[in-house]
Amino acid sequence: MAHQIYQAIADGILVGGVYALMAVGLTLIFGVLDIINIAQGVLVILGAYLSYELSARLHLDLFLGLLITVPAMFVIGVVIQWAFIRRLRGRERTSMTLLVSYAVALIIEGILYEIYGPNVKQLNASYVQSSVHLLGFYLSDIYLYGFALAVAVVVAIYALLYRTRFGRSVRATMQDETAARLVGIDVNRVAAITFGVGVAVTAAGGMMFGATNSFNPNSGYDLISRLLAIIILGGLGSIGGALAASVFMLTVESLVTIWSPEWAIVVFYAALVLVLVIRPTGFFGRQPVRAQ
Amino acid sequence: MNSTVSGQRAVRSAALAVLAAAAVGFPLVFSSPVVTNYAVYALIFVAVVSAWNVFSGFSGYISLGHAVFFGSGAYAVGIAARDWHINGTGVFALLPLAAVAGAVIAVPFGLIALRVRRHTFIVITIAVFFIFQLMAFNLNSFTGGTIGMSAPFLPWTPTAFNDRFYYIALACAAVTVVMAVLIRRSRFGLQLRAIRDDEDRARGLGVQAMRVKLTAFVLSAAMTGLVGGVWFLYLTQVLPQSGFDPLFDLSLVLMAFLGGLGTISGPVIGALIIEPGQLYLTIKYTNGYLSEILLGALFLLIVLFMPRGLVPTATEWIRRLRTRGRPAVPPASPGAAAPQASEAPTREART
Amino acid sequence: MTALLRTEGVRKAYGGVHALDSCTVEVDEGSVSGLIGPNGSGKTTLFNVITGYAKADEGQVYLAGRKITNQSPDRVFTLGIGRTFQLTRIFASLTVLENMLVASPNGRAAARRRAMEQLEFVGIAGHHAALAGTLSYGQRKLLELAYVLVADPAVILLDEPAGGVNLSLVNTIADRIRELNKGGKTFLIVEHNMEFVMGLCDRVTVLDSGAVVAAGPPAIIRTDRRVLNAYLGEDLADDDPPPPEQPGEQP
Repeated sequence: MAHQIYQAIADGILVGGVYALMAVGLTLIFGVLDIINIAQGVLVILGAYLSYELSARLHLDLFLGLLITVPAMFVIGVVIQWAFIRRLRGRERTSMTLLVSYAVALIIEGILYEIYGPNVKQLNASYVQSSVHLLGFYLSDIYLYGFALAVAVVVAIYALLYRTRFGRSVRATMQDETAARLVGIDVNRVAAITFGVGVAVTAAGGMMFGATNSFNPNSGYDLISRLLAIIILGGLGSIGGALAASVFMLTVESLVTIWSPEWAIVVFYAALVLVLVIRPTGFFGRQPVRAQ
Repeated sequence: MNSTVSGQRAVRSAALAVLAAAAVGFPLVFSSPVVTNYAVYALIFVAVVSAWNVFSGFSGYISLGHAVFFGSGAYAVGIAARDWHINGTGVFALLPLAAVAGAVIAVPFGLIALRVRRHTFIVITIAVFFIFQLMAFNLNSFTGGTIGMSAPFLPWTPTAFNDRFYYIALACAAVTVVMAVLIRRSRFGLQLRAIRDDEDRARGLGVQAMRVKLTAFVLSAAMTGLVGGVWFLYLTQVLPQSGFDPLFDLSLVLMAFLGGLGTISGPVIGALIIEPGQLYLTIKYTNGYLSEILLGALFLLIVLFMPRGLVPTATEWIRRLRTRGRPAVPPASPGAAAPQASEAPTREART
Repeated sequence: MTALLRTEGVRKAYGGVHALDSCTVEVDEGSVSGLIGPNGSGKTTLFNVITGYAKADEGQVYLAGRKITNQSPDRVFTLGIGRTFQLTRIFASLTVLENMLVASPNGRAAARRRAMEQLEFVGIAGHHAALAGTLSYGQRKLLELAYVLVADPAVILLDEPAGGVNLSLVNTIADRIRELNKGGKTFLIVEHNMEFVMGLCDRVTVLDSGAVVAAGPPAIIRTDRRVLNAYLGEDLADDDPPPPEQPGEQP
């Protein structure tokens, strides 16, 4: 029994890494742009399908394929932001971005369904099935790579935000858009690129998700609900928080699965609700979440 | 100016009377069950969107979780009918239970969800929605799991069935719209709208925001639950994915936005336009996702090109047509009553 | 004269920034008191703490001797403190009259009558049916004043009532305040317009970096060295003459 628990914890941490990859993009977009991008779930799935096409048709290694899918998703992200979200203004802007991105998500999901139908797919590679045997536990190779990738991405984003000039403009815009404009920052460009980066990260997340789960166009719903719960728990806008919350939530779910697989996901959401009651800013949130 | 106001009122009353007569007479003219089916669905959604609007439209807190109340109402009737062995027309007596189910769920739901900012509120409603859908799937012995629940058999002919449900749905729609009108005119409605404009400011003027929001939420939930019960009896079955349908709330949002969020006639018109369209697509393309794509695309179009919705935009056009040629009067001119007062086209349009 | 409104040792920090540092301010009943200080000295934060929009980390707030610290804004309002905001906050999609009715505690007809009275008093009764969002800046300031008055509060906190409005309107507002004060209302006013403050207030409290630097009648405050330090940031030698006064010279 104890062994089961430890294995579950190990699994949870590793899976949490995958979710962190997906959550980081989402929380970045919110933290900088005040946009709740509901489309992130279906964009992960889109990334998975892109990886699938590259792997199935061109027989490209999954990680190598990222060199193509990441820039492609970046462009898609920029286009979405530029076409639909940029125009939203006003006090209820964040709520509107949520609804608009929900609409975009529906369209993408519908198109994917028309192309691929309801049948599930899964990405394949030699390392997807193999695992490392360490200290009596089985650690999946793919998850280890994925965790490493997640950490690398988080580090890269931190570097981007805190060590580059572009990152400075991003942080300035995040703090005060008008002031940023006044000092000559092209706020529209910053917004578009940040959104693009947030979506590009989902390409990596998509590949990982597709390699570790079977998916179809509908998988986006479950995914986005979990991601939203994660970023709220971790604190909207906090990248470290997204990482921590992903690992935490997935570990909890992994543990609950031992007793009851069906209720594990409900625990997920219930935890979200509970945390919001006790600590409205989430674990690491700086932004007050309360209606104050 | 006075004659215009009373003249407008007379026109409006006459229009309402005609509308009411048309609504009541509809099934007599269009007796085919196929047509009345569309009408029943349309009216069900008129009722639900009006109930949704009472909370979300007036307070500005967009709920994407009203399916929770709708599905719970449906399941409440189904479970009660099954466990209390109710058959035949006795099931209609269970409808108040559906309303109570909605209200009871709304209290803890609202107490948690209404404490956070608006965008987080939306996310919480999504999370709670998924919790309920999952419970419907998982609690097999209670909800019937993936098989769902069936309504007791009603020994009516198809035409009579549809006609009777038409009038029931019409009654629901009428009650919710009237409730919306009464609330809007009341002090309670004023406080809600003040909360929408500036919640903090409203608190500083003595408005007990949480109490007001929660009351609206519970009222809205009760009505939605009731209509959910009616829908269940009409459809004669409920499944977890139909009672708790992820697209349900987004459709409501679309209807409300199309018509004009916060107005009263707006969502009604939105529902009358969109629901028959959605139903048609569902019937015609059973396994396609065309309706989803169209829903999303339509929403984007509205948000981009007509964000205020049909009713406010149309009334604005009408007002411009009416005042065409006359010198522009600044809205807050001293002395004479502002043009808005008498020209404000309908009470509902004043958002 | 007893202090109707009193804050005692209030501290409030936002992260590392001490917005208020042991702030003790007294407002006598029936007085018109001014609260001045350079930007960032904590004036609006003090208002927020008094009216329940911000929680005090330490210290207490008393209204007529009764502790009201950290109550919710709607409670503070019901207890008799009304407040306006620096950037006018009105309900844009409601009509002017409806704005007034939000604050009214009475029944329908009585509430409307009283609301119209207040609108007459501030001079915008003619616009009662216009959407508040269409009002000009000055009209909004008057509306804010009006709807704070509707519930007949004992103490009124005004946050920069003369900010950004033309001279004649400033005088109108000052007149209204005097009239209301004669009727027994107590005022605490934050302002940067020195002429306005000096001409209107019986007593002035000066804040700097969250602490009270000086308090007293306007004539004394005007030449107080600490006050000048706070605004100008220099140490003036004893025998330096005070800078010549000009209307609205302070930042």
